[in-house]
Amino acid sequence: MNAYDKVRAARAKGRPTSIDYINQIFTKFTELHGDRRFSDDKAIIAGIAKLDDMSVTVIGIEKGHSTKEKVSRNFGSAHPEGYRKALRQMKLAEKFKRPVICFVDTAGAFCGIGAEERGQGQAIAENLMEMMALRVPVISIFIGEGGSGGALALSVADEVWMLENSVYSVISPEGCASILWKDSSKTKEASECLKLTAEDLYSFGVTERIFSEKAGFEPLCEEIKNQLIATFHRNNSLTTEELLDNRYRKFRKIGG
Amino acid sequence: MIKRGLFKNPKNQLEGNPKLSRTPAPCVADEMCVTCPSCKKTILTSELSENLSVCQTCGYHFRINARQRINIISDANTFCEIDQDMISQNRIDFPEYDKKLKNARLDSAEKDAVVCGTCKIGGYDCCLFVMEPYFMMGSMGIVVGEKITRLFEMATEKSLPVVGFTVSGGARMQEGILSLMQMAKTSGAVKRHNDAGNLYIGVLTDPTTGGVTASFATEGDIVVAEPSALIGFAGPRVIEQTIRQKLPQGFQRAEFLLEKGFLDAIVDRREQKKYLVRLLYLHEKAEQA
Ligand SMILES: [Zn+2]
Repeated sequence: MNAYDKVRAARAKGRPTSIDYINQIFTKFTELHGDRRFSDDKAIIAGIAKLDDMSVTVIGIEKGHSTKEKVSRNFGSAHPEGYRKALRQMKLAEKFKRPVICFVDTAGAFCGIGAEERGQGQAIAENLMEMMALRVPVISIFIGEGGSGGALALSVADEVWMLENSVYSVISPEGCASILWKDSSKTKEASECLKLTAEDLYSFGVTERIFSEKAGFEPLCEEIKNQLIATFHRNNSLTTEELLDNRYRKFRKIGG
Repeated sequence: MIKRGLFKNPKNQLEGNPKLSRTPAPCVADEMCVTCPSCKKTILTSELSENLSVCQTCGYHFRINARQRINIISDANTFCEIDQDMISQNRIDFPEYDKKLKNARLDSAEKDAVVCGTCKIGGYDCCLFVMEPYFMMGSMGIVVGEKITRLFEMATEKSLPVVGFTVSGGARMQEGILSLMQMAKTSGAVKRHNDAGNLYIGVLTDPTTGGVTASFATEGDIVVAEPSALIGFAGPRVIEQTIRQKLPQGFQRAEFLLEKGFLDAIVDRREQKKYLVRLLYLHEKAEQA
């Protein structure tokens, strides 16, 4: 598969969304709403669940399945209140010493009047700062599209994992094509230029683990679950300071 | 002679801006004029330069380069540049990037889109970064991210305040995901500087958008902006295309952000140094006093 095939697979209709993974991997997922400042952004779901016998905080960008649901979830493009809701749940995770798992699947943070009025840039920036210093383990899993700052705002993590058909890029192929060639239809060429596949990102050290999707949804979820449990157990041997130093160094050395 | 400082400021003849050197030199120093884009008044370049490139009639802030800002803000002969030789590479073989970098170096007479160093401001020791609009509109790639990160790490080590001037179109697309990662990296360094109890003052100038707005630009303890500076996450054109309607007058301007609660103040360029010195004075630590 070339880069553009990966982009299309990541966006494919019927691809499982965050809710599907959450329901399959965890038990007792209890959704908690709202950012306590403005509203409840349905593009991001957040709550507490059990991973085996461990309580964890789970956050996911949710695109929805039916047309009606997609509209209500703004097609998985979050507003500032979505990122602030996520941060509120992360701070609760820190208080109660629960690991955090984020599922990322977004074309990007929403571009609109309300999003700008309420500080989209500031909301993302605050998440980057706070996640870098969050005193519990954080793992982010890219299950579809990883669109720029809107994806990064949930993935300043100890490890970033990607499904083999997920992508992660600084700008959408369409946006890149329209800047480069003044022609947004040249998405195939732009997808190649951006180096956005899981393999590319693995070679840059942006992602630590790629999951094969070939065996199907349920075995994939089983594998993710096993890796999560194993990783959190490994993290137990680290002090909080070591955990945070490792996280800082991970991002510090990318591209260096 | 063209008054130096109005347009771009080549460091030496070899690195000089070809566009600038091709401009015919007028006979009398004060004959060069520019038209204010806001009030349309004709202004002598010498007057404009003396007024820190602000229109005396309407207060319009002309764009200035990083070296000019450093001269305005730092005490005379105190700026000591660091990491001045870092150069961007075409790490992901992005089309046209090598050519773009070459042109950016000529346009700006800088090696990349940020200048970092230490200086005194009103006698206070500071770390200073100033982004360069004439280098790919201040876009953030690995070099910008690394220089900002190193500056904050040094400031943390030395317990120094950071003063930073931003101007940026956002993350540098030509470096792909590696440019996006600079947002996380710089934010981490700002956070460590913050958690160690140090002061960071951000001054946002026109335009500050995209990945820079969504990282270190808005992470200051105090965030101010120049009058009418465009500040946002998404650029106005992208928003108009997304929502298919015209944006209201003044949308994403500094005055709008102040009203919405995202800025501490709007500070005229001619008042900025005084304002920064006052803030540094107000944050003076007891043992230093
Ligand atoms: Zn004017």
